[in-house]
Amino acid sequence: MRWQAYHTPATIDEALALLSRYGGAAQLVAGGTDLILDVQQGNHATPQALIDVTTIRGLDAICEQDGWVVIGAATTHAAIEASPLIRRYGTALAESCSVVGGPQVRNVATIGGNVAHALPAADGTIGLLALNAEVQVCTWNGSAVECTWQPLLSIFAGPGKNRLAINQMIGAFRFPMRTERTGSAFDRIMRPQGVALPILGVAAQVTLDENGERATAVTIALGPAGPIPFRATESEAILLAAPRLDEEAIEAAIVAAQRQAELRTSKHRASKEYRHEMVAVLLRRVLPKAIERAQSRSTFG
Amino acid sequence: MPMLTMTVNGVQHTLDVPAGRFLAEVLRYDLKLTGVKIGCNEAECGACTVLVNGRSVDSCIFPALKAQGAEVLTIEGLAAAWRTQQPSGANLHLHENGDQETELEALHPLQEAFVRYGATQCGFCTPGFIMQAKTLLDANPNPSDAEIKHCLKDTYCRCTGYVSIINAVKAAAEKMRTGQMPEPSLPEHVEPLHYVGQPLPRPDAIDKVTGRALYADDYWFEGMLYGATLRSEHPHARILSIDASAAEALPGVWCVLTQKDVPGALRHGLVEADWPVFAGGDYPARYVGDPIALVVAETDELAHDALKRIRVEYEVLPAVTDPVTARRPDAPVLHPDRPDGNLLKHIKVRHGDVEAGFAAADVIVERTYRTPMTEHAFLEPECSIGVPAGWSDPRFGYHDKLTVYVGSQIPYADRDQVARCLGLPKEAVRIKGTVMGGGFGGKEDIAGQIHAALAAQVTGRPVKILYTREESLRFHPKRHPTIIRIKTGAKRDGTITAVEAELYGDSGAYASLGEKVMTRATTHATGPYVVGSAKIDCYAMYTNNAPCGAFRGFGVTQSAFAVESNMDIVAEALGMDPIEFRRKNAMRVGAVTATGQVLRESVGLLTCLEKVETAIREWWREREQESGRTGEQDGASLSGRPSSNLFAPLRIGDKVYAWGVAAGYKNTGLGGGAPDKSEAEIEVFPNGRAEIRTSSAEMGQNLIGVLAACTAEELGLPIRNVSVLVMDTDLTPDGGPTTASRQTYLSGNAARLAARAMRERLQGVVAEKFDVPPEVIAFHEGLAYVDEARLAAVRGETQGAQNGSQHPLRSRTPAISRSRSISFAEAVKLLIEEGRSPKLRYEYWAPKTQPLGAGGDMHFAFSYAVHAALVSVDTTTGEVAVERVVSAHDVGRAINPLSLLGQIEGGIVMGIGNALTEHYIVENGVPWTQHLGQYKMPGIKHTPQMCNFIVEDPTAEGPYGAKGVGEISSIPISPAITNAIYNAVGVRCLALPVDQDALLLAMKRGERELDRRWGDPPIR
Repeated sequence: MRWQAYHTPATIDEALALLSRYGGAAQLVAGGTDLILDVQQGNHATPQALIDVTTIRGLDAICEQDGWVVIGAATTHAAIEASPLIRRYGTALAESCSVVGGPQVRNVATIGGNVAHALPAADGTIGLLALNAEVQVCTWNGSAVECTWQPLLSIFAGPGKNRLAINQMIGAFRFPMRTERTGSAFDRIMRPQGVALPILGVAAQVTLDENGERATAVTIALGPAGPIPFRATESEAILLAAPRLDEEAIEAAIVAAQRQAELRTSKHRASKEYRHEMVAVLLRRVLPKAIERAQSRSTFG
Repeated sequence: MPMLTMTVNGVQHTLDVPAGRFLAEVLRYDLKLTGVKIGCNEAECGACTVLVNGRSVDSCIFPALKAQGAEVLTIEGLAAAWRTQQPSGANLHLHENGDQETELEALHPLQEAFVRYGATQCGFCTPGFIMQAKTLLDANPNPSDAEIKHCLKDTYCRCTGYVSIINAVKAAAEKMRTGQMPEPSLPEHVEPLHYVGQPLPRPDAIDKVTGRALYADDYWFEGMLYGATLRSEHPHARILSIDASAAEALPGVWCVLTQKDVPGALRHGLVEADWPVFAGGDYPARYVGDPIALVVAETDELAHDALKRIRVEYEVLPAVTDPVTARRPDAPVLHPDRPDGNLLKHIKVRHGDVEAGFAAADVIVERTYRTPMTEHAFLEPECSIGVPAGWSDPRFGYHDKLTVYVGSQIPYADRDQVARCLGLPKEAVRIKGTVMGGGFGGKEDIAGQIHAALAAQVTGRPVKILYTREESLRFHPKRHPTIIRIKTGAKRDGTITAVEAELYGDSGAYASLGEKVMTRATTHATGPYVVGSAKIDCYAMYTNNAPCGAFRGFGVTQSAFAVESNMDIVAEALGMDPIEFRRKNAMRVGAVTATGQVLRESVGLLTCLEKVETAIREWWREREQESGRTGEQDGASLSGRPSSNLFAPLRIGDKVYAWGVAAGYKNTGLGGGAPDKSEAEIEVFPNGRAEIRTSSAEMGQNLIGVLAACTAEELGLPIRNVSVLVMDTDLTPDGGPTTASRQTYLSGNAARLAARAMRERLQGVVAEKFDVPPEVIAFHEGLAYVDEARLAAVRGETQGAQNGSQHPLRSRTPAISRSRSISFAEAVKLLIEEGRSPKLRYEYWAPKTQPLGAGGDMHFAFSYAVHAALVSVDTTTGEVAVERVVSAHDVGRAINPLSLLGQIEGGIVMGIGNALTEHYIVENGVPWTQHLGQYKMPGIKHTPQMCNFIVEDPTAEGPYGAKGVGEISSIPISPAITNAIYNAVGVRCLALPVDQDALLLAMKRGERELDRRWGDPPIR
């Protein structure tokens, strides 16, 4: 059996009013490349109705606003990959979105869907997390929609579970438009057999001081390393405290990330030992690249 | 229902569609745009790619209502859309049935290039590829290989190996830039005849690039019903009861069929009838996937929904899920009616005295290897349509007998099995082949044919049974997983003195072709080498896993991995170069195989070794020149490399590169004493055309092109005047199974000899007209004429007439007599006027072979190949990539070098999959691999640079010297890759597929051998 109704609302109000009216029997859908497969393959109960958010006006916009880059929840991976704004200010996100599936999938799969699916290794999510992104949660209070910005990590409840209620949806994401001395990068390791999910994905963003030596801000996201997307905060702290971002500092950050991350063996995908190694390999690739990009965008005294 | 308005290929449609309908369904089933293919239904394969407002989407999971108000473009609309963009567009029109060249010019350059470059084989993936590639060329007029690979990353092809696709996309781009399409480049091959040896595009290529080709699911009949199959949840369970009342009560459900509805034999099977049409009664379900019931309903969706309402009461039985345990005396027995417990067959090769052989050896190497269960993953899932006798359809006409439309590798075996299970005489059933989206051995056994025929018989309506990808994965026979222990002994000078091997093959729940496959694994377990002695034992075992049967390579893929790995280990122990060691022992004319066959001709192995060795040497030379030029320092190892060691590692950054080599051979034809024949029928027409007919299967390999070339060559007809009809048990005589790389040889010969016999018949009537001896009548490009040179020769010599008639094909510039010539059409009219039949059949019998153990010729021909792979191993991640492949194949004769190259490239990439990516994972009899997304076949990013040599060491009996190529191309590549990995990083992979996780950890721990994959138990 498939869904019995397919709604194409034009506004967030309309979408959330519908969603509330169905009282849990409807499901929001964007590109559908995750949700529809889950329904087809019996991993998700068939909803009575689908509410397509991609028809909401403006929900696929990428724009600059008060020092933030704002990305509508229904923006496709392809649009993110191609956006000069995101390539410049959120390189890690552009890189992470460019490796999801093939072009046919990226043309429809959205960043909002990627985050809402709440997988701890979702590429787009890891990219956003490294950019210190915030999520805009829109809530229908019975007569109107209220939107609030909150930290991205706050909406994850567990693997495949988000904290959005049946009167809520994601409106947009935003990350600070750091103009100078900031760079980010993403990379991942795939397994050629079995599962299509990455063995490990890592994204990092670094902001350098005016001398281009010390970090003034560092974010490192990696997954899967626990039930929800993971920030390697201990590694971040080590890099912030380091007198210079050299090999020694990076190696210390790697040890901290390996210690903090909850790596495990997942069947036909990766062993815990292998993931442990990959944390190091990916950080050794991603951190120097982020630092290099930060340096190339610097205006040092 | 909601209304959907969209513009498709320039035409606006407004349709009433259910809310849950997908775009692919609307396009295929509602608008009948069947060029939109569904390969997986999970956005994995890309066959369903269409453009929505200019952007490509996987239409199989794209809700149709998302296309509200959109412009949709499918393959059917591509050429017209292209022409309207062209300034001269108004002058170009599609000429259906017209000249191929004219028609090609009217297509989109991508379509044209896919035809000219052989980038379409089975063609099922082609529309998706072309539509996806269009998005690239729209944005990028001159894409690089890397950009093409990025664009086509998630669009899968199982036939071509992607090389021709990449070349076609570049050629199309060039045409779009310059107006000129470059010619494809081909390996050197012997001088072609008029048609034989010419790289002609496939006869069906234009149909495939335009979406016109009709595969089974593209047929629909008035009043058609749909069947869905309920399959066992358990690997081994008795069916105690089936309650289908709730399903039958659903409005729109016609019936639920089970074992009690089968009127004839309850079991089928190609070799042994041990596979129940439905499990039940005396026949428990023996694997997860065994059919239990069939629902027949008004719609496909309803039939599948009704399955959930059937209640089955099982008695779960203990299951045995590995072949070693299956041989234990206390193992649960699958088939109590068989004499030897779970033993399907113990296969033995005995040759000389192995004890003495090992005693004489200076080096003995013994290892145990594992190969995985793998899946054909043909892009087109199985589909059968049963049409009852007496059914009249407005499009497909009257059916005088029960007819099954299906894409099958063995139409006559389907007919016989359907008839037997329905309790009908064979003549009461007709199998009518459709265009087939790949087979590779996976469409030899019965799939839905019997069920569809039975359902049509019971309901009196046409019934279509289309398997979902999940069902296809779960149900059809796979490649045998094997455990192979092999011990090789050699003298210091490199002479192999003894081979001892023990093979366990997991044949799964039913016989299928398991015995034959494992026999081939066993008889090829010495490799293409002369060995002093051999003792090989193979145990083909029944287990509660999916049945295992035919899959490209037919067992030899598995044993070659073990043999060629051991060859490298022995060579290293002897301190010999791996190519030198192989050359020392290589089969050559006069050699005797371990089964006692004397090789009398057509053994091109040494030439293959030489070609590959030279190419690797050349690579090193270029590399050295390059690093000399750039002063590059990557090669501490490079400069220190002894010039003779072609297999030395080369480190660049984190990656280590090395070559690895392997050789292989594969029989052409059934062999082993099985009578092997193919029959072809030829008919010539007064309009100057000819048709050649045989039931042999066209599954993408371009058999039809081979048959057309042989026929045109013999009749001296323009090839466009030859049509080919295959796969119809009423209209085409039996060509035998399309298996064992046999059809070019068998059906090629049948077509060639049928055409030759017809030529002789025509020579007779034309000779009478001109009052000359028949042997001086020649045929060329649609003319029959007196060959004056021949005539002079005949008149000049008293008994020298054979000269001309024996080599009619050699005369490249025929001496056509203007006064004494008539058209082929007139010659046919003369024939008919004389009351002689314009139709004849030729039954070609291949040379007789001997059963294993009898000595003598077990096979009538072998093809040989040598593959070398340059791999890179990332020492930080364990990731392995095949960067380059050099191959040489001795195929006897290249009948169509373009198609031949396609077989080689496709086989090699499939072999890369076997080594690196493919593993159909089953846990305790339950498949873990349930979706295509969990079965990684090689994508375009796995395609290496290739350099392929064709070696033509002809076999006397083969058509123009040809032997098979279908399988050999995928055999040596896997061990070439693992040998290269060893040469690169010193870790020997004894189990396939190579696991990067385990490889990295082995490198870290300093382990030299990897004998297991994920989750494998230790070997005994």
